[in-house]
Amino acid sequence: MLASIAFYVLSIIAVVSAFAVIAARNPVHSVLFLILTFFTSAGLFVLLGAEFLAMLLVVVYVGAVAVLFLFVVMMLDVDFAELKQGFLSYMPIGGLVALALFAELALVASAAGSANGAPIGLAPAQPSQVTNAEAIGQVLYTDYLLVFQLAGLVLFVAMIGAIVLTLRHRPGVKKQDIAAQVGRRRSEAVELKDIRPGQGIG
Amino acid sequence: MNPSVDYVPLITLPVEWEWGLMKLGQVLGISILLLLSLAFLLLFDRKVWAAVQLRKGPNVVGAFGLLQSFADFFKFVFKEIVIPAGANKTVFLLAPLITFVLAFVSWAVVPWAPGVVIADLNVGILYLFAISSLGVYGIIMGGWASNSKYPFLGGLRSAAQMVSYEVSIGFIIITVLLLVGSLNLTTIVDNQAAGIWAWHGFRILDFTQFPSNILVGVIMLAMLVMFFVSALAETNRPPFDLPEAESELVAGYQVEYSSTPYLLFMIGEYLNIVLMCAMVNILFLGGWHLPWGSVESLGLDPFWTGVVAMLVFYVKIWIQFFMFAMVKAIVPRYRYDQLMRLGWKIFLPTSLAAVCAIAYYVTFMAPAAATSVAGG
Repeated sequence: MLASIAFYVLSIIAVVSAFAVIAARNPVHSVLFLILTFFTSAGLFVLLGAEFLAMLLVVVYVGAVAVLFLFVVMMLDVDFAELKQGFLSYMPIGGLVALALFAELALVASAAGSANGAPIGLAPAQPSQVTNAEAIGQVLYTDYLLVFQLAGLVLFVAMIGAIVLTLRHRPGVKKQDIAAQVGRRRSEAVELKDIRPGQGIG
Repeated sequence: MNPSVDYVPLITLPVEWEWGLMKLGQVLGISILLLLSLAFLLLFDRKVWAAVQLRKGPNVVGAFGLLQSFADFFKFVFKEIVIPAGANKTVFLLAPLITFVLAFVSWAVVPWAPGVVIADLNVGILYLFAISSLGVYGIIMGGWASNSKYPFLGGLRSAAQMVSYEVSIGFIIITVLLLVGSLNLTTIVDNQAAGIWAWHGFRILDFTQFPSNILVGVIMLAMLVMFFVSALAETNRPPFDLPEAESELVAGYQVEYSSTPYLLFMIGEYLNIVLMCAMVNILFLGGWHLPWGSVESLGLDPFWTGVVAMLVFYVKIWIQFFMFAMVKAIVPRYRYDQLMRLGWKIFLPTSLAAVCAIAYYVTFMAPAAATSVAGG
């Protein structure tokens, strides 16, 4: 009873806020609705008993990725009126993508329905006494360790590539040298001048 | 305590609703306890600050100024709420509410004593981490919605700062998780039941495991210190209170806030500090266990064991808060680039190395008993 109430409340909020992401006129509002969608999806994960995934969704997407989105969107100086100009011309492509996504979802849903609620997929059902975190750890770090590490390596290379592409060493820029700052002695920094009366240091 | 056979309840409810009402009662109880404690923690903070500066601090309202926080509360509530004309009104009012609510929500998984917890989640520590990583939204939204330069800069600073220190906090939490083998907060606390030498922060005192206690002890002591410093940065406390650095940004994201919205921000911020104190307790300082052994070893009946455990936990939170207050009083503010350098260039590599070292210890050096509790 309570669980089904929670499910309906969460899913209604998730769907409405997901729609509001594309409907909102202000991009910052869009990102805020996106965050709400993430958060309610995490709630749905909890209802499904996948609490570890739910927490990861909140930590990674809401806590880090969406902050960066918000950061960028807030700093952008976009002319909203101009942005809305070509709105209708993208309609066919957008509709096509939406149709493709909907067809995929319907396919998956009908497949799941035809299996009569039995789990489809490659992973065997986990024994019930193993917690979520342990089951995922087992799959990621024991069963598929190599693939997982390779995926991490690909991301790492991509990150280094992005840094290399955008890093420019400009000559003549004054930079802080922390080691020099900390290692400075009194003899190098302070100079005592013997000032004669009436002459100054010139 | 069991109802006798002829016990007839006044109203009969489905068991789910009874459970719901019971949880509601627990939530109310803990919220009231937190708010009342907060009133005195605020006063304590100001008193410590004053004592360091050889002042008396608030001493007018009530005996020794004990009622100062309540006077402040009424003053905040009865002031007019000013909303700037250019502000985005919804987001502007939503921001302090988010900060306030999130600060309370995280207490749902904090265990006060054995079994005294609203929701005993299997992934409790991840939940705490997730909610504290959401805390940045209140500040960043407040800063943006104010539609003014200083709040905006303050909000941006704080977003960068909190995201940076979350990374090192995450790694530090992982070192503790590796030692315990569970994400459950009660299990983490009970792993430190034996005494002060079993507390994760002071594993160096466990001489029965010489010499491996030196490795793990030194690392965990360093992790305790780093977690404390990261907690200061995460909660925007001095010396890392750059989002509201008054000499540069007047009051950062709070500039445009007045009256109750400001009060909500302030309560949320202080509750987060208290939460960080509780987290240091749970992760490193043995939670509700006494320095010379577990609470259960006192041999009291379950009810009084719970009461003593709650008291120990509560006192430890106050001691932690004293540390926070002392740091505020005696450490000068960091510069922003120093803050970022500390987070990314010192804390991140150190905590990463510590995770590797602790993983090595758990895999190859720890006694078998320590790893068998996995799951929780």
